[in-house]
Amino acid sequence: MEKNRRLFISRLKQTLTGKYLSVDEISEQETEFLVWKNQLPEVCRLLLEQRGGRLFTMVGGDERSWTGTLALYYVFAFDKTQQFVTVKTLVSEEEPTFPSLAAEFPAFNWYEREVKDLLGLRPQGHPDPRPLTLHGDWPEEIHPLRKEFPADEWVARVESREAFMRYQGQDVTEIPVGPIHAGIIEPGHFRFGAVGDTVLHLDARLFYTHRGLEKISEGQPLAKALFIAERICGVCALSHAVAYAQAVETAAATEVPLRARYLRSLFLEVERLYNHIGDVGNACAGFGLAVGISQGARLREQLLQLNERVSGHRYLRGIVALGGMRSDLSAAEFADILHTLNRVEAEFQEIAEIILSHDIAINRMHNTGVLTLQQAVDLAVVGVAARASGRDIDVRRDQPYAAYDRLKFSVPVYPEGDVLARIRVRIDEVTQSCHIVRQVLAQIEPGPVCCELPAIAPHRRGIGWVESSKGETVHWLLVGADEMVDRYRVRSATFSNWPAVPLTVPGNIVPDFPLINKSFELCYACCDR
Amino acid sequence: MAAEGGLKVAELSEQEQVQGEELRRRIRDLLGRSLHIRHVDSGSCNGCDFEMSTLTNPVYDVQRFGIDFVASPRHADMLMVTGGVTRHLEQAVQKTYDATAEPKLVLAVGTCACGGGIVGQSYASRGGVDQLLPVTVYIPGCPPRPQALIEGILMAIDRCDHQRMPDKE
Repeated sequence: MEKNRRLFISRLKQTLTGKYLSVDEISEQETEFLVWKNQLPEVCRLLLEQRGGRLFTMVGGDERSWTGTLALYYVFAFDKTQQFVTVKTLVSEEEPTFPSLAAEFPAFNWYEREVKDLLGLRPQGHPDPRPLTLHGDWPEEIHPLRKEFPADEWVARVESREAFMRYQGQDVTEIPVGPIHAGIIEPGHFRFGAVGDTVLHLDARLFYTHRGLEKISEGQPLAKALFIAERICGVCALSHAVAYAQAVETAAATEVPLRARYLRSLFLEVERLYNHIGDVGNACAGFGLAVGISQGARLREQLLQLNERVSGHRYLRGIVALGGMRSDLSAAEFADILHTLNRVEAEFQEIAEIILSHDIAINRMHNTGVLTLQQAVDLAVVGVAARASGRDIDVRRDQPYAAYDRLKFSVPVYPEGDVLARIRVRIDEVTQSCHIVRQVLAQIEPGPVCCELPAIAPHRRGIGWVESSKGETVHWLLVGADEMVDRYRVRSATFSNWPAVPLTVPGNIVPDFPLINKSFELCYACCDR
Repeated sequence: MAAEGGLKVAELSEQEQVQGEELRRRIRDLLGRSLHIRHVDSGSCNGCDFEMSTLTNPVYDVQRFGIDFVASPRHADMLMVTGGVTRHLEQAVQKTYDATAEPKLVLAVGTCACGGGIVGQSYASRGGVDQLLPVTVYIPGCPPRPQALIEGILMAIDRCDHQRMPDKE
């Protein structure tokens, strides 16, 4: 492992010779190259195209108080060697611009727009100048992630800079939908350009539930920010808690006890199960198959009740600690998990069969809302949506965390990219998750479930990642003085996947949009933060 | 290992059955027929939203007691608001309230809706729902369990007695 890593880094240095200023080892898995900002496009291009890296996250930070500049971090994952490479560049306050990569690599699009909104760093040559994370009535010259901006300051609204695509043809009807929708769902605004019943173009405006969570976590003790992490999203609460805890533990260079790692894997799979089972059932609402909706919701409820019995919380909040888990499980609780899972799995198989053998269901899902492999790779789509388009990535296997290096499972991949493929991936993953949980129950050994973390020096960094039920979720943490959060960037699976949704809708009929949207099942809260 | 005879349907305990019937009776008494609720996400983490959606699953199934979730505020007697009010949703929340039919009962669902929660007041959030709307019942919890949501709906129906009521019959 260590030898491979040395080799990997020395080859990288060769590839990047003369294109970086310095190189620094941040952790056992992360190497940082500092570059001038004009070298940024070439270095990123080499890492993506020549070295086979993929964009993991991109973070902007205000480091003027200790380095005198603002900074950008581009993190790339190298799955074969299980390494991460960070490209860092400094951006001065006087010249707050950097070269945009969005036109060449669309996956950078939203990251660059977000650092423009929140930090005032302007991507030069970006193809889309519209505001993203902050809506159009926020003053363009105020940037909440600048350190001098107080988190609780209310800023007066200005005239909106918001813009949607203008349709000029006479036959194009513009259909605005949301942010308040018809069902019990989260808020987003969709603008369809339709010709008759067929969608020509779709614009999505999100970030309605932007709560400024990254900003309010700054200056908080690391332990308190865990509560914020758990409240980024309701149904990914555990994934966010584990990802954040892992980021802190990496910054502290501490490995948590094995039993805690097993428990994390166990609960993460239960979180995936209640989501996948509920999502498969809920997809049936897209074509009116009531039996699927009701039975999916019933089985999901059984898992939520299991969560409450064994953890005290239906959505698994409050069970993760920095350094492990808050509490252990008893033999009786393990038995309860096994018993409940066996029953739910068998009944779910029955429902899955009903759905997959229903002509109308198949007719509506097949060839609907297609995301091509090329689109998925270009936009760095992750999770279920990636695997349903033939992009074979899963951080549980590719960059193992918790106890996944000790657990055997397969990663279902389908090439079609349509609604049906996304539903099939979930159905197959339910089987795999049950398989994983049973292995945990068979393998787990007695031992401590938490360890004390050593003091963390200022400016230490850590990355934590989890394959949530929606996909790869990345937490990037920079620790400040006195073990407080200095900068915390949460890149959820949905932040990566939302830009793909509007691409899959044109050519489909308007009534298929709810179905397509459900097949991605992207939490808005995760994305908006 | 599914039970013989196929997929099961959840059953209510006797006590739940009695409470449910009581709820149905009160709703009929007060609103003439049924209670229609519109959900508004004013900036939640979606935890409260998902708990609300469990109310129509076969386990809680509030629809059998004359409660339904409707697509438009114009059809609604009650708003269930989840999340502190974000800057980006302030206008949508206000418009939804304005469009809601009398008696415009408002339930603040969850700790964030009740008082701002972990976000509090920030550049992006106004805080609790009562910063914007008159709240009938506060239902704390992160998120509140389905039973607490049903309890909150019952309390709001009780308080409805003292509010201005639409003409019946």
